[in-house]
Amino acid sequence: MDPMEAIKQTYFQECDELLLAMEEGLIAMENGEADGEVINAVFRAVHSIKGGGGAFGFDLLVGFAHVFETVLDHIRSGQLAPAADVVKILLKAGDTLSDHVMAARDGAGEVQDTDIKAELYMLSGAGPDAEEAAPTEMEGIAFTPIRLDIEEPPCPAPCSWRIRFAPHAELYAKANEPFLILRELGRLGALEVRADLTRMPDLSVLEPDQAYLAWDVVLTGCDDRRKIEDVFEFVTDDCDLEIREDVPLPPLACASRTAAPEELQVPETVQPASAAQSDASSDKKPVLAAQALETAPKQIIRVDLDKVDRLVNLVGELVITQAMLTQRVVECGQTHSAAVSAGLNELEHLLRQLQESVMAIRTQPVKSVFQRMPRLVRELAAQTNKQVHLALEGEATEVDKTVIERLGEPLTHMIRNAIDHGLESPDERIAAGKPAEGSVKLSAEHRGGRIVIEVADDGRGIDRARVRAKAMERGLISASASLSDDEVDNLIFLPGFSTASQVSNISGRGVGLDVVRRNIVELGGRIVISSTAGKGSRFSLTLPLTLAVLDGMVVAVGNETYILPLSHIVESLRPKASDIRPFGSSGRLLNVRGGYVPLYSVADLLGVTGAQDDLAAGVVILVESEGVGRTALAVDTIIGQRQVVIKSFESNYRHIEGIAAATILGDGRVALILDIDGLVARCRENGRSREYLQAIGA
Amino acid sequence: MSPNQHETAQDRRQYITFLATGQEFAADIMTIREIRGWTDTTALPHVPDYVRGVINLRGMVLPVIDLKARLGLGVTEATAKHVIIVVNAGERTIGILVDAVSDILTVTSTEIQSVPDVVRESQNEYVEGIAVLDGRMVTLLGMAKLTASFAGDKILEQAA
Repeated sequence: MDPMEAIKQTYFQECDELLLAMEEGLIAMENGEADGEVINAVFRAVHSIKGGGGAFGFDLLVGFAHVFETVLDHIRSGQLAPAADVVKILLKAGDTLSDHVMAARDGAGEVQDTDIKAELYMLSGAGPDAEEAAPTEMEGIAFTPIRLDIEEPPCPAPCSWRIRFAPHAELYAKANEPFLILRELGRLGALEVRADLTRMPDLSVLEPDQAYLAWDVVLTGCDDRRKIEDVFEFVTDDCDLEIREDVPLPPLACASRTAAPEELQVPETVQPASAAQSDASSDKKPVLAAQALETAPKQIIRVDLDKVDRLVNLVGELVITQAMLTQRVVECGQTHSAAVSAGLNELEHLLRQLQESVMAIRTQPVKSVFQRMPRLVRELAAQTNKQVHLALEGEATEVDKTVIERLGEPLTHMIRNAIDHGLESPDERIAAGKPAEGSVKLSAEHRGGRIVIEVADDGRGIDRARVRAKAMERGLISASASLSDDEVDNLIFLPGFSTASQVSNISGRGVGLDVVRRNIVELGGRIVISSTAGKGSRFSLTLPLTLAVLDGMVVAVGNETYILPLSHIVESLRPKASDIRPFGSSGRLLNVRGGYVPLYSVADLLGVTGAQDDLAAGVVILVESEGVGRTALAVDTIIGQRQVVIKSFESNYRHIEGIAAATILGDGRVALILDIDGLVARCRENGRSREYLQAIGA
Repeated sequence: MSPNQHETAQDRRQYITFLATGQEFAADIMTIREIRGWTDTTALPHVPDYVRGVINLRGMVLPVIDLKARLGLGVTEATAKHVIIVVNAGERTIGILVDAVSDILTVTSTEIQSVPDVVRESQNEYVEGIAVLDGRMVTLLGMAKLTASFAGDKILEQAA
């Protein structure tokens, strides 16, 4: 890849992180937690975005960021109080900034920012004329975003120094050692050193004899500029040196919380490149670590996801091979040897740990998705003229990246739904004796090996009579059906329920709740809604923590072996012949403790030969799925229950209805993982099941 | 592969030939990843008869098709002597069940004749041409088209 393009990509990756940090800070400010630390973090984020943007010539982005930054600077210096209305404008500015970044990344057209710019000018008290000139002059130095030039020292008694030290290659060539210089500097007073790694190229293009590192030093407690200059006496010609007086900076920790992780992650990958430089950077790390001790940043390395996936795949293979090995040993009759079985047990144990560790690499906090929601809520609130407060909870809950990626859409939809349909207008709310501001709570937690995400609002709740009437009108339920409140609520997930008459430009983006549910079910999850009239409703979304492995029940049908996802299984039972009743032309119903559920033979559904004809001689597995409700599936026998590694064959073939994926069993054979919804839906399309549904009043 | 070009190394391609239904077929050697003996497959539901199912190729779930059945000549009674050619063409990797692998041929583009119009269009689409060498006639199969055609949605809907 073109190195410039690669740097640009890194810049945008960093922008994503910075925008998140900014948003987080702004929201903290909105909640009245506007202390220096938070404001500094926001400022730093905006400043870094501006700095990088300047290097790539994103003038519009830089121009806007500059105006934004000016206002933030006023807040930082205490000239402007972060009152609620100010924070509101800042939030809007944050959204616009993120639009700018997006536009710069995609090369899209201009972002409409005149209004918000005007509001920012109002806040900063400066006119566009005075400010507009500034960004261009910023550009030249934009890619060395140091905090040097930010703070104008109004304090009369400066006793700290900001030193920018950027060695040239010649410095190293003359056998000078930055570390020794910095150490010397440390003798003059309290020293805080930060390495500037922005010029560090990718390892592949790194020239070991070039100088890429620079250091920003804050030196406190030295009163004589000459003493500092003396330290650099021998290298002044071979480096860029800038020494400035500065006001004593109160907490450095505030900046280091956001800054430390990104700066610490790089030395790990860079160290082997240059002996001199790496010595310096690794020796310097204790300084960094010490200064950031209270926030205890973790060391992070950036890894290509492909590499992680390859690792995950290999470990999956290893687990399969181990199962195969164990089976072979059993076949050889070697199980009596204690040494062999102890070894195998140990291997299994280690592999399980290995697998868990590898899967943990792919996990991420749900924060990355949650952080996108405040903006959505703000926009929706503005569009609907409702007042909404969004509370986030459990953002640190970790899930597999694949799950994270696919959470965004359903969450967006549920939040749209909550604000558009759930919450009332402020007038209605006051009339109902509620505060004018509605509340939407988004929370995540781990529960029983799954992640549960809830979207709860305190709105009007579901109007059951209307839902029922509509479902009847659409022919989804019969007039006589007796449904519990919960069942009525969950009718809104039925395909065909969401209709044109209901579509507003907010909720109706052509995606009904049925699609949301289908997507969730495809991920092996489920979604339900519960509601109390007048008090609000709550969407609960349950998802597996990973999409790479699955707990399944292994069953035999004829000569074939299939896996049923355990998440769908309610119970398994041996039916009595008298419990199985023929129904309709070829259908069957099974009596389960007095209730009748449709019974299907898996062999029939999949066209397997050699299976038991007499369903009563086999085993019936009662499954429940979002799409088809409670259903009984007849198989020959249950072989066992195990965790299987999910293997897709769709990339090599195509999707087969009724089959979710494949896996490889201990004997090395491929077994298919059944998709219960797809399997049963296939029958329903044949028109056989509607009569069941009506008959059993579902 | 423009026919107007002078004969260069690029005009010569190597093919692996294999037998199915008594005819000799060939596929570009670059599309062939490996050749392995027949192993029992796991059947897939609701697929045409020429899709024999899937096998485990070192952790990859590999669909296997029966060339004979694909050509409409009946299902192969697979034995341990039969061979699966693992083809990597287009975006897919698939296995093709044939009777045996016989030879490696070097064919120059001038030796390739276009397909005579004797077979139905549907079968024509993955035949690249015919090579005649020392009196042998070899049908050159376009693996990308073959792999693409076998996963085609239409075919499956008919079969389902």
